[in-house]
Amino acid sequence: MVENKIRILVAKPGLDGHDRGAKVVAAALRDAGMEVIYTGLRQTPEMVVNAAVQEDVDVIALSILSGAHMTHFPAVLELMREHGIADEVLLTGGGIIPDEDIEALMEQGTGRLFGPGTNTGDIIAYIRDWNESRP
Amino acid sequence: MDEHANHDVLIEGVLNGEWRATARAISIVEDLRPGRVEILARLYLAGRSSSVCGITGPSGAGKSTLVDALASRYRDADERVGIVCVDPTSPFSGGALLGDRIRMNEIVVDPGVFIRSMATRGSRGGLGRAAREVISIVEATGTERVIVETVGVGQIELDIAEAADTVVVVLVPESGDGIQAMKAGLMEIGDVFVVNKADRDGADGLLIEIESVLALRTGQEWSPPVLTTIASQGQGIEELAEAIDTHRQWLVSSGEGERRRRHRIVSYVKEIVLDALATGLWEEGGYSDKLDESLQEIMAGRKDPFSAAEEIVSASRMLESLNMDTD
Repeated sequence: MVENKIRILVAKPGLDGHDRGAKVVAAALRDAGMEVIYTGLRQTPEMVVNAAVQEDVDVIALSILSGAHMTHFPAVLELMREHGIADEVLLTGGGIIPDEDIEALMEQGTGRLFGPGTNTGDIIAYIRDWNESRP
Repeated sequence: MDEHANHDVLIEGVLNGEWRATARAISIVEDLRPGRVEILARLYLAGRSSSVCGITGPSGAGKSTLVDALASRYRDADERVGIVCVDPTSPFSGGALLGDRIRMNEIVVDPGVFIRSMATRGSRGGLGRAAREVISIVEATGTERVIVETVGVGQIELDIAEAADTVVVVLVPESGDGIQAMKAGLMEIGDVFVVNKADRDGADGLLIEIESVLALRTGQEWSPPVLTTIASQGQGIEELAEAIDTHRQWLVSSGEGERRRRHRIVSYVKEIVLDALATGLWEEGGYSDKLDESLQEIMAGRKDPFSAAEEIVSASRMLESLNMDTD
């Protein structure tokens, strides 16, 4: 009878106003059977982590197209650690992020990050795999 | 770690108003995970009584913006607020897109506000029960106010009406012509009516129309007020807060609140009993096999579903009396 649904927060931190990508991903995740909490534009790291705690999500997905990824991802990670959810919640996301930055961010503790043109199926598969490999 | 020790900490956290523990407890209840009953039972006894207000209406009526404004008003009075936003689960994928936080920018980082988005899922026993259980957890945190927001479609808003003390129905001038034709449900469950986006054309007409529909609601002691708001500018929010409080006082003074509470408890216990019986029968009693046997015959047109059910019921009764004899 246990019904474990994957809950995922999709957010756009920062000031860029392009949320089409985030919306496409949010809809794809819903169609894959997940519960998607979509918070929309201009989210601060505090708003993101606060929502993640209250919604008890398994995954946080950030969409960043502004080039500010080296600021936002570490800021969210830091707050996740402060709130004690860094070990159990996956931080992933995507946007226009150079490969070397992706590497650097993953070293800091993010999950996989996805570039432009990613198939939503790859994102879904990644999240499902992560969820199943959890202890 | 011992499972029970775990829940002690969790329950303690909820009672201390810690949002993380509250969020976790809600997930356990929603997912029907082990520990669910213990958590609900203990929080029920410790429960404090918040004022539970349901806000419903068609999509696009500005419900989330109204909830945002109302919650801000409560925060100004230093009251803590718990908000549960309910949206439908897609029956095809089982997923849901929960976007109510988008319009709650005033309050999303306020530590005195807890917001939880909830999908209707399979809602065994109706959404009323799932929502009520989530509400009871939020109540146990000691928030003075609980607001439940739902889109007014289908069965959802009727279920929420069951779970809330006061139901606010939100409409907009665009809802206009539809009122007369609107499903009886929405017009019958409202304790307070709000015409939001009242600066738009057609607001006055809608106001008159709502009042004429409400005039047909006879035999009730409470006559629902019809208010106007412009939630995005905070207009009319004070009056709405007052109307909600007036209704709550009426619930107490008229005895109606007591009557509703009694009704709610009876139906809750009945649901729990039904659940327990069903689990005993299908999962533990092995009657699923018996049903499978009958299935073939029903498919082949040799047996009707009523006889199949009757066989299962009498077999389970027989088993029960055998059990009692051996005790």
